[in-house]
Amino acid sequence: MAILVIAEHDNRTLKGATFNTVAAATQMGGEIHLLVAGSNCKAVAVTAASLDGVSKVLLADDLAYEHQLAENISKLVTELGKDYSHIVAPATTSGKNFLPRVAALLDVAQISDITAVEAENRFQRPIYAGNAIATVESLDPIKVITVRGTAFDPVETKGSAEISEISISHDAKLSSFIGEVMAESDRPELTAAEVIISGGRGMGNGENFALLETVADKLGAAVGASRAAVDAGFVPNDMQVGQTGKIVAPELYIAVGISGAIQHLAGMKDSKVIVAINKDEEAPIFTVADYGLVADLFDVMPELQEKL
Amino acid sequence: MKILVTVKRVIDYNVKVRVKSDNTDVDLANVKMALNPFCEIAVEEAVRLKEAGVATEVVVVSIGPKACQEQIRTALALGADRGIQIETDSMPESLNAAKLLAKVIAEEQPELIVMGKQAIDSDNNQTGQMLAALLDMPQGTFASELKLESGKAQVTREVDGGLQTVELNLPAIVTTDLRLNEPRYASLPNIMKAKRKPLAVKTPADLGVELKEHSKLIQVTPPAERQAGIKVASVDELVEKLKNEAKVI
Ligand SMILES: Cc1cc2nc3c(=O)[nH]c(=O)nc-3n(C[C@H](O)[C@H](O)[C@H](O)COP(=O)(O)OP(=O)(O)OC[C@H]3O[C@@H](n4cnc5c(N)ncnc54)[C@H](O)[C@@H]3O)c2cc1C
Ligand SMILES: Nc1ncnc2c1ncn2[C@@H]1O[C@H](COP(=O)(O)O)[C@@H](O)[C@H]1O
Repeated sequence: MAILVIAEHDNRTLKGATFNTVAAATQMGGEIHLLVAGSNCKAVAVTAASLDGVSKVLLADDLAYEHQLAENISKLVTELGKDYSHIVAPATTSGKNFLPRVAALLDVAQISDITAVEAENRFQRPIYAGNAIATVESLDPIKVITVRGTAFDPVETKGSAEISEISISHDAKLSSFIGEVMAESDRPELTAAEVIISGGRGMGNGENFALLETVADKLGAAVGASRAAVDAGFVPNDMQVGQTGKIVAPELYIAVGISGAIQHLAGMKDSKVIVAINKDEEAPIFTVADYGLVADLFDVMPELQEKL
Repeated sequence: MKILVTVKRVIDYNVKVRVKSDNTDVDLANVKMALNPFCEIAVEEAVRLKEAGVATEVVVVSIGPKACQEQIRTALALGADRGIQIETDSMPESLNAAKLLAKVIAEEQPELIVMGKQAIDSDNNQTGQMLAALLDMPQGTFASELKLESGKAQVTREVDGGLQTVELNLPAIVTTDLRLNEPRYASLPNIMKAKRKPLAVKTPADLGVELKEHSKLIQVTPPAERQAGIKVASVDELVEKLKNEAKVI
């Protein structure tokens, strides 16, 4: 039986997380079909068709799916998913939103946030903020899974799958989209960036994040934050890295004025190289840092900017 | 309006768990347990709605062994009116938890259900969404703002790219994110008062739910340890190491 992967997109472009999710699916064995559900999203299906490993793109173009409302998308995926061995989506806020509904409608469990595929029914996933790794075996006929993108290298785009249009419209009429405020940024997305520089409570205020921005400009880096920095209103919520924010694993992660609470470490400790800049030499962030600099960030950041 | 809030007993968020040496699970013996922080935010939101005169009653439900009555009492001390414990030997899988909660909701008929977005032990982030599907209700997950107006709920959600607002018919399920509110501390008089608030105990059999096994835990292992790093003395040394040793810039 085949594997159904749900593409993540904004009706215009296919999101990076989809590439990692398809990579995970290729390890589950079986043909891969990629569902693009949205409105006026044909361009997305065209990109989707080029993903390596995908044999068919299912395009469900309908106004009911425009905003990926969980109540509507879950009905579509449930109807299509009955004939698949696996239903897989990225563990992003979108995948986390609709996929558990699909699992419940199919009367099966969801295995959340997998980081490794051991067999077609056996997966690894972090629990307790990544302080333990569980190996779980699914006993269900259909395996419903969300994938942690950073654990799988994205697939390439040399394929050419057929696109098959499906006309199934599900409007549950339970919810409606009112609006959204999306952060605009020219920087790379946090979850896909090669370099990330994150600030914590030690930054003092939102304006001081400019110190990180100038360094980020030089390194082509994304800018992240701890929960404390988001709670204090220094920066928007979509910048939070951690157990309950974004999980990142760049080549280089620079933590500035961040103490290194378990919940923050959970989101970044798989980074290849970690740098910590903190004036408290006892800060737990130093236990995971490859290079620690005990100093005042307000002295260090201008100098770092200059010397890069 | 009646509001139902779910609360899970989990390890205290400050504790770093260790894996048992036989790799069967994590070691929770003598570990400090607490109310899941996201459930605490859920209780706070419901209590505020009651204080604002929007809600008339706040019912809390917890599923698990007898010890989870402690967390129900905590929620009662924070201002909830009564509790229901669904007694199980161990913490049920999410789908089973959702099925049990669905039955309680069918009996209680609340107009709003507030849950945590995620339990910080399993890190599943799925029970609320599953429950919503079983009840064919709308959901507002990862809420940072909740408004109840003209028979609907407006929920602002923390999504990857920013904030999204949706409108939900009632009854609805809302799951909390960190920015929804800042929970209060229970006062001593309220802790005393909570001891006398009603707490009913039910079993899965009472609710007519058969718990199915959907997955098996094969093993639990510690994560890969990071090699201990070094301290650098200056910005110059840091830049030099990143260039020539780590080769990441
Ligand atoms: C349910 C739950 C979920 C959570 N999820 C997350 C999550 O996803 N992500 C997350 O990050 N946190 C999360 N947290 C919060 C976490 O527990 C910590 O509270 C948070 O990470 C602390 O942020 P911080 O390191 O910026 O602040 P603090 O712990 O206050 O640390 C600030 C640091 O800055 C240093 N500093 C101050 N001034 C300077 C200076 N001038 N120069 C250099 N250093 C300086 C200090 O020495 C200190 O180490 C969660 C908590 C809970 C309960
Ligand atoms: N055993 C339980 N008892 C009560 N509520 C629960 C239980 N398990 C999960 N929940 C609720 O569902 C939310 C999400 O949990 P989870 O899907 O396991 O991450 C929690 O924050 C609780 O509000």
